[in-house]
Amino acid sequence: MAYKIDASLCSGCSACEIECPNAAIREKGSAFAINPKKCTECVGHFDEPQCVAVCPGNKTVVVDDSVPRYKA
Amino acid sequence: MKPTKIIPLQKISLDGQLLGVNQAATGCGSDSSGCGTTSRTKNVSPEIWEKIKNHPCFSEEAHHHFARIHVAVAPACNIQCNYCNRKFDCSNESRPGVVSEKISPEQAARKVLVVASKVPQLSVVGIAGPGDALANAEKTFRTFELIAQQAPDLKFCLSTNGLRLPEYVDEILKYNIEHVTITINMVDAKIGQHIYPWIFFKNKRWTGIEASQILHEQQMKGLEMLSDRGILCKINSVMIPGINDNHLVEVNKAVHKRGAFLHNIMPLISAPEHGTVFGLKGTPSPSAQELKALQDRCEGRINMMRHCRQCRADAVGMLGEDFGSDFSQEKLEAIESSYDPALHRMYVEKVEGLRKEQTAAEMKGLSDLSNIDSNISILLAVATKSEGRVNQHFGHAKEFQIYEASRSGVKFIGHRRVDLYCQGGYDNEEVLPKTIRAINDCHAVLVAKIGACPREELMKVGIEPVENLAFEFIEPAAMAYFKSYLERIASGETAHQTRADAQLRQGAFVTAA
Repeated sequence: MAYKIDASLCSGCSACEIECPNAAIREKGSAFAINPKKCTECVGHFDEPQCVAVCPGNKTVVVDDSVPRYKA
Repeated sequence: MKPTKIIPLQKISLDGQLLGVNQAATGCGSDSSGCGTTSRTKNVSPEIWEKIKNHPCFSEEAHHHFARIHVAVAPACNIQCNYCNRKFDCSNESRPGVVSEKISPEQAARKVLVVASKVPQLSVVGIAGPGDALANAEKTFRTFELIAQQAPDLKFCLSTNGLRLPEYVDEILKYNIEHVTITINMVDAKIGQHIYPWIFFKNKRWTGIEASQILHEQQMKGLEMLSDRGILCKINSVMIPGINDNHLVEVNKAVHKRGAFLHNIMPLISAPEHGTVFGLKGTPSPSAQELKALQDRCEGRINMMRHCRQCRADAVGMLGEDFGSDFSQEKLEAIESSYDPALHRMYVEKVEGLRKEQTAAEMKGLSDLSNIDSNISILLAVATKSEGRVNQHFGHAKEFQIYEASRSGVKFIGHRRVDLYCQGGYDNEEVLPKTIRAINDCHAVLVAKIGACPREELMKVGIEPVENLAFEFIEPAAMAYFKSYLERIASGETAHQTRADAQLRQGAFVTAA
């Protein structure tokens, strides 16, 4: 499992990119995208996923079910 | 590039010589700073005046002469406000938190140099978002670092919600940022919870009262730290009727106690099409009289700013103007920058000359008012495009400056935005009623010139159009009008009547006619 950003809802503000402890987030066109290979869901870093907590959008950063669960 | 009122400064010729400056007024030669300039703002010491006299936001007087550029390098934010919807591209809006394109520090530095080479009035570079300057600290300080290397004459300022201010105070000092604006809408978390649904702080999202309590404590701490270090702080407060309107008096006291220099109470912008929580809920914006009444209640402790245009995070030009679209990244590529600080210094010198003339004219006006014992005060609308003079045609005005005249003198109290009445030589009859609503609380409108039709319509609603003070400095002109008004009252020629309220205009600020 990892998190993913719904590009259609992303305002491109970059807040998630700044907070990501894994440098897993990059700008892609007019939106930001999470590299699932680098995403750790912030396990071991913080109590809550930083991209979800800082995003000003509504349900813009969501769980990416297509990726197996991250194991710390 | 289309011609604008700020760019081709006629007083500076192509070979860099100053033209048309009153030599008697600039009697101290090229070094204007050696003259011992006196403050042209009430309650301000000469030391502070030196810091604010070229800053259009920190000095009402300066905003007639100097321009600013906001560079939108700070898109991220760490709090959510119910009056903000940070949709990025709304090209017809003029409000904080909105930009047409976000740019990198390198792009910002180049943009500043290009604008500085075209606009000698440019004195200030600010970072005001579109998010929070300190939520993007790395980009913000990198931008200032790059600009300082190439244009050391420009003053720096930044705008923040204050949440992370305490941890960046040292950086602010390091980069010589002399002016900081903090948006403070409450000093009580119980009120704050209705303005801020959440904040992101120390790697966690906080909601409810707790969020506002943290924000409040950080804001107060940051303000105290900056004041202690001699940084001038302006406090921006959004007046939200029914939420914090009366409470802003408490905010005013609290920020005064902590050394703030200037307090700027701005009307809530809440048009539903902006999609903000307050807009969708139907929270009203205050009227012109409501805003003024609150500003008047706060007056007396610290200086009140009344000339704010609530500009965008990528605004370019004099306040009330936005030529940001002339300097988009696409257009910038085609413009060569040839920044020469001498041009700006010459412009500064010219302004100092103007200021001496202006001060002398005001002193004379004030002495003319000295033997008046009437308690009448009236509001006057003024059409001006530069130099603090009555020098704009009624039909060309995109906004009117509002002054209050009483026996103690003339005080600037605000501005009113309007649509252009005269467009391409044709008068727009639909615009006039809106213009009248915007200045409906005024007894007269001082203009360089006005057409016969609008003149008649204004007279009908009791607003006197005044052309005979054209090209005079605003304050002495307003004093002269006031004096003649009182004389007409005294002689029985006119009867004094109080005026009704006026409407504050929101929404689209269209730069192109």
